[in-house]
Amino acid sequence: MNAFAKTLRAEWTKFRTVRGWVIGTVTAAGVIMALGLLPGLQGSCGKHGPGSECVLPVGPGGEEVTDSFAFVHQPLAGDGSITVRVTALTGLLPGPNPDEPRPGVVPWAKAGLIVKAGTGQGSSYAAVMVTGDHGVRMQHDYTHDIAGSPSAVTATAPRWLRLTRTGDTVTGAESVDGSSWTTVGIARPAGLPATVEVGLFVTSPQYAEEVNESLMSGAMGGPSQATGTFDHLAPQGGWTGAAWQRDSIGASSNGPAIRDSGFVRDGDVFRVTGSGDIAPAVPGAAGTGASVTQTLVGTFVGLIVVVVVGAMFVTAEYRRGLIRTTLTASPGRIRVLAAKAVVVGAVTFAAGLIAAAVVVVLGQRVLRSNGVYVHPASTPAELRIVAGTAALLAVAAILALGLGSLLRRSVTAVTTAVVVIVLPYLLAMTVLPTDAAQWLLRVSPAAAFALQQAAPEYPQVANLYTPPNGYFPLPPWAGFAVLAGWTALALGAAAVMLRRRDA
Amino acid sequence: MTFALHAEWTKLRTSPGTLALLVVVVAGTVGVSAAAAACSGPGCGADLPKLSLTGVQLGQAVVAILAVLVMGNEYSSGMVKVTLTAVPRRSRVLAAKAVVVAAVVAVAAAVAVAGSLIVGRLLLPTHDLVLRPAVGSVLYLVLVGLLSLGTATAVRNPAAAISVVLTLLYALPIVTGVVTDPAWQKHLQQIGPASAGLAAQATTGDLVIGPWKGLGVLALWAFGALLAGGAVLKRRDA
Repeated sequence: MNAFAKTLRAEWTKFRTVRGWVIGTVTAAGVIMALGLLPGLQGSCGKHGPGSECVLPVGPGGEEVTDSFAFVHQPLAGDGSITVRVTALTGLLPGPNPDEPRPGVVPWAKAGLIVKAGTGQGSSYAAVMVTGDHGVRMQHDYTHDIAGSPSAVTATAPRWLRLTRTGDTVTGAESVDGSSWTTVGIARPAGLPATVEVGLFVTSPQYAEEVNESLMSGAMGGPSQATGTFDHLAPQGGWTGAAWQRDSIGASSNGPAIRDSGFVRDGDVFRVTGSGDIAPAVPGAAGTGASVTQTLVGTFVGLIVVVVVGAMFVTAEYRRGLIRTTLTASPGRIRVLAAKAVVVGAVTFAAGLIAAAVVVVLGQRVLRSNGVYVHPASTPAELRIVAGTAALLAVAAILALGLGSLLRRSVTAVTTAVVVIVLPYLLAMTVLPTDAAQWLLRVSPAAAFALQQAAPEYPQVANLYTPPNGYFPLPPWAGFAVLAGWTALALGAAAVMLRRRDA
Repeated sequence: MTFALHAEWTKLRTSPGTLALLVVVVAGTVGVSAAAAACSGPGCGADLPKLSLTGVQLGQAVVAILAVLVMGNEYSSGMVKVTLTAVPRRSRVLAAKAVVVAAVVAVAAAVAVAGSLIVGRLLLPTHDLVLRPAVGSVLYLVLVGLLSLGTATAVRNPAAAISVVLTLLYALPIVTGVVTDPAWQKHLQQIGPASAGLAAQATTGDLVIGPWKGLGVLALWAFGALLAGGAVLKRRDA
């Protein structure tokens, strides 16, 4: 057996024979599981008999989508194109008093032309539209978004839109005068049938704004609605117009609108009012339900325990004078530190892996049986969340070990570790405004919590992508790299100091 | 009692690290407050007096270390035997420690809060200087110190004590944050030592608990911890 294996065995023996450390590790796993499985959240899905289950439509890519809008349409077969002029986009936002909405348009209110496989929710589509604050866009199949010209629509500057279908492709174009056209984008919606539903659509997503008062920062909002005014609606090419039908797609699934979606036709002019969104479904302030991230809230408490164990794994040696025996038995000091890091990291990783796996698998079921809508994450994402949670705990324990070796005193080491890892997360989650919170979650070791993000961010979906809603500023592995960097720094400093100082 | 007080004051004054910790209380509190006050954005303008006192969130951790060490050092160095030989009335020892901790923390907290307010004045848009959040923050830090002292006396192991205190102060608010049942969330916020105690800082918004009532809740926590610590101190061998 070589020297490192012997040191490793010695450190493992120390770890498993100190009751407090074993209890601590088990407690950390237990707390993560308990907080993940206890019914903290309550929802109303499925609680009011059959029919009240929350089911979101599924898009062509397999992702869950929101698909509700006001639709003025007719079925058209084969190839052809359709043109319209948008002269206004107005709307209503929820006000401080729920009964009195105030005028305003949300940034991602949409009005324009759409070619859709059918009127069923979640069917594939391609659309070109004007938006409240993001100019002209070409979108298809929920997750794809192409930007056109950035200017907004006003009465003095109306905008012409055109969709052209050629076989499997749909081309979106825009124009300021109706004669010179600019292509916005070309889309290939999945499985477009020969006969498609073509027409005008208007929709307006949930309005949400950040509030920052009292002890907690949070979000307030509610449904908004938008009204698009169109004229010069004309099918061309192979398409010849018939009567326009009017539908509210998915009217009930996105909560009640401020007012019913409306449709007024005044000769050539169409005034269409809608509420909802055509977009991937997102958990958070502007969406519905929770994500897997929320089931892992216990990680935070588990982290404190794990950090204490990690720090004490080395500080206890100084307190009892055992460090002298240890360094006499294996004089390679770096080797001792490495063995300790391997032992505490491996034990914590194993405990974290079990706890996170149990929570991710069972916690979602508990939430669902409580009537909470949980956005399912893809299997790779779930695996990343489980392994990531374990890695976060393990590396944090090693960071605490490094700090313990540097500071030698358990109280200072534990507090320093908690302050650098746990406090930034707490501040970001509760009191800090979003800007400061995101900055903190980029630079501090708490950045590694990004490993737990379950829901992807879509720039074209209005939502508060804030840490309390389960969205972190860094991608998962970048966040983990920040924690790993701090840990390497602490371990490096600990190694240098361990060699230089007397034990 | 005077002698016990004098003894405790000498111990605290002469033990290494006390001054450093007090400096960290002030520097950490003012530093984090300044960082929070330097933020700009739509969410920053909400509750300016409270925002300028964000540093208390960090300061409380350092106060907790200081208070835990006051008792923890006695056990880790064996000093406790000498202490109890000199002052056989054990409750008196704890009382003297509590007085000394409260006094020292109050001074440091007053400096830290004053510094935070000055920084907030310089960095934030003009706002009224409100006395209650400032006084409330000082009292909050004093009570956190007493809570930590009581916990350390009850638990004895300083590392275990600090983790209990930090869990109460930091983990409880996070757990509260994810409970969506509003009634439960409100109750948890009302009884959590950090969320109730820090209600003293808020000047806008509807609070789950009144500012002075919130400090009262924290005071009950501190008193409970000291009682538990006193009982353990009396019953067990040192």
